[in-house]
Amino acid sequence: MGLIQKTVNWARLKSPWVLHFNTGACNACDIEIIAALTPRYDLERFGVVLKGTPRHADVLLCSGPVTKQIKCRLQRIYDQMPEPKFVVAVGTCSCSGGVFDGCYNVESGIDQAIPVSAYIPGCPASPKAIIDGVVKLLSSLETK
Amino acid sequence: MHKVIIPVGPQHPALKEPENFMITLSGEKILKFSARLGYNHRGIEKACEERTYIQDVYLTERICGICSHSHSTCFVQAVEEIAALEVPKRALYIRTLVAELERVHSHLLWLGVAGHEVGFDTLLMYTWRDREVVMDILAMLTGNRVNYGINTIGGVRRDITPEQSKEVAKATNTLEERTKYYIQIATKETTLIKRLSGVGVLSHDDAIRLGAVGPTARASSVDRDVRRDDPYAAYGELKFKVITDNHNDVYGRTLVRMGELMESYSMIRQLLKNMPEGPIAVKAPRKIPAGEAVSRYEAPRGEDVHYVKSNGSEKPERVKVRAPTLANIQTVAKMLEDRQLADLPIVIAAIDPCFSCTDRLTVIKEAGVRKNKVMSWEDLHDYSIGWYRERGIDFAGLNKKLTRMLK
Ligand code: SF4
Repeated sequence: MGLIQKTVNWARLKSPWVLHFNTGACNACDIEIIAALTPRYDLERFGVVLKGTPRHADVLLCSGPVTKQIKCRLQRIYDQMPEPKFVVAVGTCSCSGGVFDGCYNVESGIDQAIPVSAYIPGCPASPKAIIDGVVKLLSSLETK
Repeated sequence: MHKVIIPVGPQHPALKEPENFMITLSGEKILKFSARLGYNHRGIEKACEERTYIQDVYLTERICGICSHSHSTCFVQAVEEIAALEVPKRALYIRTLVAELERVHSHLLWLGVAGHEVGFDTLLMYTWRDREVVMDILAMLTGNRVNYGINTIGGVRRDITPEQSKEVAKATNTLEERTKYYIQIATKETTLIKRLSGVGVLSHDDAIRLGAVGPTARASSVDRDVRRDDPYAAYGELKFKVITDNHNDVYGRTLVRMGELMESYSMIRQLLKNMPEGPIAVKAPRKIPAGEAVSRYEAPRGEDVHYVKSNGSEKPERVKVRAPTLANIQTVAKMLEDRQLADLPIVIAAIDPCFSCTDRLTVIKEAGVRKNKVMSWEDLHDYSIGWYRERGIDFAGLNKKLTRMLK
C-alpha cells in the first residue's frame, strides 16, 4: 500500500461521516441514534459526524424494516454514496423485520434491498450498542 | 412571478423521518404546501388482526417509538373496556406515572429539535443531555429506554419499589430545575423570541376548523385536553392545570410545552405520594368477548384514538388508530400560507410531527401497471361492482327488480 493510500485510509477511519436514514422505523431507533450523538454518549469523540447528504457519507445508518415505498429510494441513496461505503442496520427490525415481519408492506430487513456490513440488534438498539457496532465496524476495517 | 416547485424529502437534512413535501414557491414566498406521506406505512393495523391481543400490545407500542406508551395504553384500555376488566388502582397509577415521564421525555426532545431547526444547536445538546435523566428513570422502572413494554391487558407488568420511587422523586427535582432554566431562556432570550414569534400563525378559529389537537391547539387557546375532559387511568384523581396560550404561533407552542412539563412534574409527585397498595394486574382472558370500544388518550402530541373490534376469538377483528399528527398535519398548510421558505422546518417541527404514527394508509396497486394512480370514489365504486361481477354476483338484475317493485 502506498503512502497516499495509507493516509487516505487513516483519515477515513478516524472520521467516518454518517448518514442516517429512516426506512420505515418506529422512530425509537432513530431517537437512539440521535441520542448516541448527543453529549451523554457523544459518538463524535470517534470522529463520527452526522451528514445531511449521501454524497458526503461513508456510513449509512439505517433503521426500519424497509417499507415497499421506501425501497427504491434507499437503493438510490446507496448508489449516490461514494465508494468505499458501508451500511449499518440499526435495530432488530432492520436486521430481520422484527415485530413487523410478515406485514404486507415491508421487506424483512435492509439486506433485502442493499448489502449490509454490520447488524446492531435490539428493539430499540441502545446508544451503547450503536456505538459498539460502529466502533467494531471501524476496527474491522483497520485490519484490512 | 415565476413559480418553482421544490420537493423536500423523503431524504432531506431537515427531516428526521421519510416523508415528502411539495412546496410551490414564488421567490421566497410559499404559495402552496402539500404533504405526501406513506413512506413509513408498515401495515400495523392489518398485522394486529393477525396476532393475538398480547402480541398486539407490543406491536401497537411500536407504532411510534416516541409516544410508545400512549399507543399501547390506548389499545389496552379499549381491550379492557370490551372485556369489562377491573384494572387495579395501583396499575393505573403506574401507567399514569410512565405516561407523564414519557411526556417529559417527549417535550424535552421536542425543545431540542426546535432549537436545532432554528439553528440553536446548543439548546439541542443541553436538552438532550437532560433528557438522559428521564431516560434513565424510564429504563429503571420499565427495563427499556424507549419501548417500555410495561402495559399488559389488565394492568402493568412491573411493580415499583420504594427505592425506585425515591429515585424518581430525585430525578424530578433535577429536571424541574433544568426546565425552569429553559423557561427562562424561552421567555428572556431575545433571539429565540424574535425567531419564534409570529411564525406559523394559526388562529383560534382555524385551529378548531382544521381539527388541531394537543399543544398545537392549546397554543391557539383551544382549551381541550382529554386528561381533564374524559379522564382515564388515574387522571381523575390528580390536580393539574390545562396549559393554554393565546400567542397562536410557534412561540406559544413552546410556552405551552414548557408549562406542561412543569405540570407533569407536579403530577409525578402526586402519583408517587398517593400510590395505593395492592396488586398490579388482574388476569385477562385469552379470548376477548365480542364487542367494540373506542379509547382516547392525551399523548404528548395530542389526542390519540384507538378503535378495537373483537369477535370473541383471541385475535381482534379490527384495530384502527388515529394518531395526533394526522389531525395536526392539515394545519401546517394553513400556517405556511404566504410565509417564507426559511420558516418551513420550524413550522413543521412545531406541531411535533410523528409520521410513523400517521402513516396508516391504504395502498391499492393495479397488477401490471407500473405507475401509481389515485382512484376516485367513482372508480372505486365501479371497481367494486366489477370485482363482485367477476365472482358471479351481479346486482344489476336485483337493482332493476328493486326499482320495478318500488314503482
Ligand atoms: S427495531 Fe424496534 S425499536 Fe427499532 S425501529 Fe424497529 S421496531 Fe422500532
